[in-house]
Amino acid sequence: MKQTPAPGRMGERSSSWTARARGEVAQRLPIENLLPDRQPYYVGSWVYVFGVVTIAALVLTVLSGVILALAGPDWWHISAAGRFFNSLHFWSVQVFFVFMVLHLWGQYFMASWRGGRAATWMIGVVIFAISIAAAFTGYLSQQNFASQWIAVSAKDALNAAGLGAFFNVLNFGQMYGIHVVLLPAAIIVLVALHILWVRMKGVVRPIESSRPATRSTPEKV
Amino acid sequence: MDTPAGYLHWGFILISIPNLLLIGLMIVLFVLALVIPLPGEKETP
Repeated sequence: MKQTPAPGRMGERSSSWTARARGEVAQRLPIENLLPDRQPYYVGSWVYVFGVVTIAALVLTVLSGVILALAGPDWWHISAAGRFFNSLHFWSVQVFFVFMVLHLWGQYFMASWRGGRAATWMIGVVIFAISIAAAFTGYLSQQNFASQWIAVSAKDALNAAGLGAFFNVLNFGQMYGIHVVLLPAAIIVLVALHILWVRMKGVVRPIESSRPATRSTPEKV
Repeated sequence: MDTPAGYLHWGFILISIPNLLLIGLMIVLFVLALVIPLPGEKETP
């Protein structure tokens, strides 16, 4: 089937913002980049698997969290199935954090913000920070003695930081709402953006110490 | 699981043994990921 170029591409200006947006997306993120079936040779390393495992753990965390939210605290504390999903949620988070940090180490030592990838790096930094807040509110949402002790201890830290007026960690409803709605939504949106930016810019080349420093190399393969 | 974890205290460093073991395991995993080749991948372009 013959395809006509979308209005807004190749420098054409269209009065329709939809056409302009389509042209912009087609130019910045062609479908071959969005869903690539081949990657540069240097992607063939276990270091690049850390990010994928992090995403898999996030998916498992969200799915188990949805089940917990549907059934409620009296289910996840008392029934065998509830305890299983509670544990699944907890251990998915542990895997998520371990592999997120391993992914961070890999990208840090690769200086993966090179070649116009600063936005990708910074989105990752924000995801890391929000994930810590999500894990913290998760501990507060357990509804057990440990969560009450954590809340009582944490209130002093938040008050000392001047945040006590906005976040009351002893308020289960507020912490639970933040944990199950606001922070997961932010993490999911930012992870999607993170992946889109990786697709747009491509995977960063590894630093090759044997290569002369004066020789310029194309970042994109 | 219900008993408190043991802690290592060395100067200003205070860390629980489970946390220390986890960090050690992560470092081992990271090094293994660097040295073990991915199955089916060629080493050179």
